[in-house]
Amino acid sequence: MLDWLQQFGRFWIDLAGSFGRSHIFLSRILLSIPSLVFRFSLVVKQLYASGVLTLSIILVSGLFVGMVLALQGYNTLVGFGAEESLGVVVALTLVRELGPVVSGLLFAGRAGSAMTAEIGLMKATEQLAGLEMMAVDPYKRIFAPRFLAGFIALPCLAAMFSAIGVLGGYLVGVEVLGVDDGAFWSQMKSAVNFVDDVVNGLIKALVFGFVVCWIAIFQGADCIPTSEGVSRATTRTVVYSSLAILGLDFLLTAVMFSV
Amino acid sequence: MTDSTSDNDRNTIVQSDSTVDATLAAAAVTAGAAVTTESTEQSSENLVEIRGLHFTRGRKPIFTGLDIDIPRGKITTIMGPSGTGKTTLLKIIGAQLKPRRGKVHFDGHNVHKLRRRKLFELRKRMGMLFQSGALLTDLTVFENVAFPLREHTELPDRLIRHLVLMRLHAVGLRGARDMKPAELSGGMSRRVALARALVLDPEIIMYDEPFTGQDPISMGVLVELISKMNQALGLTSVIVSHDIKEALSISDHVVIISDGKVVATGSPTRLAASDSPWVRQFLDGAADGPVPFQYAAPDYADDLLGS
Ligand SMILES: Nc1ncnc2c1ncn2[C@@H]1O[C@H](COP(=O)(O)OP(=O)(O)OP(=O)(O)O)[C@@H](O)[C@H]1O
Ligand SMILES: [Mg+2]
Repeated sequence: MLDWLQQFGRFWIDLAGSFGRSHIFLSRILLSIPSLVFRFSLVVKQLYASGVLTLSIILVSGLFVGMVLALQGYNTLVGFGAEESLGVVVALTLVRELGPVVSGLLFAGRAGSAMTAEIGLMKATEQLAGLEMMAVDPYKRIFAPRFLAGFIALPCLAAMFSAIGVLGGYLVGVEVLGVDDGAFWSQMKSAVNFVDDVVNGLIKALVFGFVVCWIAIFQGADCIPTSEGVSRATTRTVVYSSLAILGLDFLLTAVMFSV
Repeated sequence: MTDSTSDNDRNTIVQSDSTVDATLAAAAVTAGAAVTTESTEQSSENLVEIRGLHFTRGRKPIFTGLDIDIPRGKITTIMGPSGTGKTTLLKIIGAQLKPRRGKVHFDGHNVHKLRRRKLFELRKRMGMLFQSGALLTDLTVFENVAFPLREHTELPDRLIRHLVLMRLHAVGLRGARDMKPAELSGGMSRRVALARALVLDPEIIMYDEPFTGQDPISMGVLVELISKMNQALGLTSVIVSHDIKEALSISDHVVIISDGKVVATGSPTRLAASDSPWVRQFLDGAADGPVPFQYAAPDYADDLLGS
């Protein structure tokens, strides 16, 4: 019983500790970002690692999600004789929700876990300590470029996800199921509002990018420097990021679309 | 460059003046051009002074009141049983770990009280050779050695190339410049790390077990390199090593730590003549004596019989 209490207490203390550490960590990253103006090449390199390398999975998923949306949407809409609105359904679902959320989840799984593993291994092999002893600040050299790159990359990826998803919806809806070509696009155009839908979707993606990168980099830098510690941190990155994305998506949706 | 340091065991050491001299030439170049660190004329005799150091890892006390002086321009060897905290000590000097109590002064600055920026300025004057090498795995050997120059200086590429190749040549790895750290053997990566630690011409270099995993030839070259760098450039060197013969042959000052305290200090000749049981056991490598071979553990018989 006492043992259990002790463990329970330790759990909360650890949690509070890592909560505090992660905030200090974040503020130090944010403070280091201005210095990247002079070293933008570092960010470009990370944009390639987290953005370009995630692109293929984003495009393939986006295409399939769009196609499935069109299939499902058509089957529902045709019951009301409203299959002309298929374009609206596909576009709004993608731009408002699935674009940011699914790309966020994929990004966490593909790029976030890679960041955690890379930084965790750098810690385990004393590369971070080595940098510090060479008077090179890991925040400026390692963490901030990755953070900024991820923050920039995710909205771009989400936009591409939505774009190719709409294309997938078009292929299935118009080319296969025979929805009218003109109606598909014109209804979409008149129903999708730039500020309400597109911008809000981008804001979601920005928030998700921020949170995923924060979690991923912090987990890497905070991990226990062993192979087991790194593998656990990588798992935690994916789990925490996914939960954070889903939770924040609910909050953001409530704020953005209810008022 | 006279061979004024101890001549104890020089016969085992392979002479390799050409390579070493090349480094010294390179060093002279960087000394002029490279890092801008404020010069320190105010020279007390000790570059590093450690007073009353207490440090614990979890519940385990590592240091309990350690006092060490590291004299400027000399080679100091720190020895002690595995797991006494020699690596920890170097990390404390580099301010990567904060002691629970006690002070570490580097050239008059208390390293643990410095602001981050000041600390980084100070670290440019320190070089550290990690036990594991700590090379950046995504860069080639060449880029690893060039890394501190690229980060801290504005030297043109041609000069960087020159300096890096000279350092690599001095450690015998000029031909390995295009390899990735993962392709190197343990001894090779440590030599690359040594080249990297030397490339900025620091005032103090801390070598964590530089000789481990080196064949007799490279060992000889390294011993020579360390001692020549020290004489020619007035470098202060701290060596942590278990290779007693090699380390003693070049060091001016030896500190033996055990159980969180300094158990003996002095010049190599004095220690060699010492009849303290600590020193004798350590230098002679006897299993029995005051220095425990076993990490603190319950009684062996009890442990085996299990309770
Ligand atoms: N990250 C850590 N967490 C907890 N304890 C540690 C950690 N690193 C080292 N220790 C403990 O600190 C003590 C000193 O370790 P250190 O690496 O400084 O020893 P060392 O003298 O360098 O040994 P060696 O000669 O084998 O390299 C060891 O007993 C070890 O158990
Ligand atoms: Mg050690």
